[in-house]
Amino acid sequence: MSVRRLAAEQPEGFAFTPENLDWAQAVIKKYPEGRQASAVISLLWRAQEQNGGWVSEPALRYVADLLDMAYIRVYEIVTFYTMFNLQPVGRYYVQVCGTTPCMLNGAEDIKEACRKHIGPKDTVSEDGLFSWTEVECLGACVNAPMVQINKYYYEDLTPESLGSIIERLRKGEDVPPGPQDGRQGCAPKTGPNTLTDPAIYGSDESGPEPGYAGTSDPKSKMPGPY
Amino acid sequence: MLQDKDRIFKNLYGLHSWRLPAARARGAWDGTKDMIARGHGAVIEEVKASGLRGRGGAGFPTGLKWSFMPKDDPRPSYLAVNADESEPGTCKDREIMRHDPHLLIEGAMLAAFAMRAHTAYIYIRGEFIAEREILEAAVAEAYEAKLVGKNNVNGWDFDIYVSHGAGAYICGEETAMLESLEGKKGQPRLKPPFPANCGLYGAPTTVNNVETIASVPDIMRRGATWFAALGKPNNTGTKLYCISGHVNEPCTVEEEMGIPLRELIDTYAGGVRGGWDNLLAVIPGGSSVPCLPADLCSDLTMDFDALKALDTGLGTAGIIVMDKSTDIVRAIARISYFYKHESCGQCTPCREGTGWMWRVLERMANGQAEKREIDMLFEVSKQVEGHTICALGDAAAWPIQGLIRHFRHVIEERIDAGATKPISPSVPVAAE
Repeated sequence: MSVRRLAAEQPEGFAFTPENLDWAQAVIKKYPEGRQASAVISLLWRAQEQNGGWVSEPALRYVADLLDMAYIRVYEIVTFYTMFNLQPVGRYYVQVCGTTPCMLNGAEDIKEACRKHIGPKDTVSEDGLFSWTEVECLGACVNAPMVQINKYYYEDLTPESLGSIIERLRKGEDVPPGPQDGRQGCAPKTGPNTLTDPAIYGSDESGPEPGYAGTSDPKSKMPGPY
Repeated sequence: MLQDKDRIFKNLYGLHSWRLPAARARGAWDGTKDMIARGHGAVIEEVKASGLRGRGGAGFPTGLKWSFMPKDDPRPSYLAVNADESEPGTCKDREIMRHDPHLLIEGAMLAAFAMRAHTAYIYIRGEFIAEREILEAAVAEAYEAKLVGKNNVNGWDFDIYVSHGAGAYICGEETAMLESLEGKKGQPRLKPPFPANCGLYGAPTTVNNVETIASVPDIMRRGATWFAALGKPNNTGTKLYCISGHVNEPCTVEEEMGIPLRELIDTYAGGVRGGWDNLLAVIPGGSSVPCLPADLCSDLTMDFDALKALDTGLGTAGIIVMDKSTDIVRAIARISYFYKHESCGQCTPCREGTGWMWRVLERMANGQAEKREIDMLFEVSKQVEGHTICALGDAAAWPIQGLIRHFRHVIEERIDAGATKPISPSVPVAAE
């Protein structure tokens, strides 16, 4: 468990944009009538995105009212689920996986690179562009070490390649996510040694989807909004 | 060795498109209508005959699990697909969801039909945002093509929704996942009642892992005998293995159940860094199973029964390889920290025990402990194990028990070397 509290300074209020409100109404409809509370995580997540990467107290009250939930129930959710940031984060929020498979492959050096290029852990850099933290297993263990920046995973890192990613983002460049050493997904780095028989693909003549792992919009800015 | 034609996940590496036309060309959604026409019981019997065991870690027979669902219950039934893949060392479901999502959607339909459910929820971990975007797009494609939804071409009304978490490992536990789906904190429920009687919204529910569900369409298409002929008796079929850590080429690969560990590492992952003789230990099934020292790994086969015989487990088949440069005490201490971080706080032995065990291990890694504490740590881990609502307490205890069982001498040498140093007075408090 970890101790998590709301930020000391809170904004005045919060309301979804009209687009987000429409989206929220559609999400609520995924669940049976009277079970609208099921949408709470999705809605809080959207609120966090709209709020620049963290959940404020007015935002959690807004979501609670929207779902007809008691404030305390939503407060429980934001303090229980660690992906809800309760303090402001940088425009680019770097989450370093530090659990054993990544640690074996150099996560400590990755953290050091973050200290060098961004600053102390959990502190927003002066220009407001970056902050970083250590998180538990992100589930990309064969592509260790890796970080998540905003929406997407940057994998197979070295301290140098992470440093270069951070500096390119600082200049406002678009940095494509995925393995940073040119490797194909979770295949061995010298190329797949299975699934090489063309007969198994039948009439499928497609190639890899464009964009990162085939994200639905390959033209969107990477690593995505916050 | 498994031949390419017997592999289920043909697009594991994303060399081809995940979209519907390409997935169909590879065989997905082929003959789904005919499988459904065979009836509820026939699907369950086929899966039972295939010997498929749950791929999420526990290895419970899938067909049997489905047969627990009530047959004429006035309440709606639900299928919940567990895509909350968070076990350190495991990254297989992610590849299915981003590269072969239609196999998962088709499998969910077949599973839901078998258990007379019209609704399925896929609960994907919050961090997998790219995977969720792809899965949602694939579900939209399936609706568009009338493969799912009301009055679809397959003849079983079926709605499928993608839901997600927000960074809680515990939501991979089935009842915690149901709590989270209901919009609550993910704290596990006491069993019984089991989800098949009282699950999501108090209605009959079955929770299955992504890999289990995505294997079902191929079992139905190619037949139970094909699947049962692969692997070993009682451990049939194919499995996705994730090989991470100190190997030359970490990768995920689909192979038969029961493949020797050494063959798996040497053939697909480029061998252990520095050669097989440089191997120190292997965690064979994700962070929660006890590690095995190198001398037990040479003849080891990767299946539920062989690993159980060595007091460890196949778990999720997330293989973490550690070579001789590894500080094994620190590696296990980091796993201990993980469980301390992820304990939901509901049961006292786990909430307090995970933190206590981590702090002791951290001191041992620094050589600032006493030898009598090794037995005390083992004893406390036995007090946590089996005394909590869910298996997270067990999962936190097992890696430590494995460490003490096989690497006690390393801890003792560390303590001997550190004996001259004063013990740090700054031991962190319980609720830091």
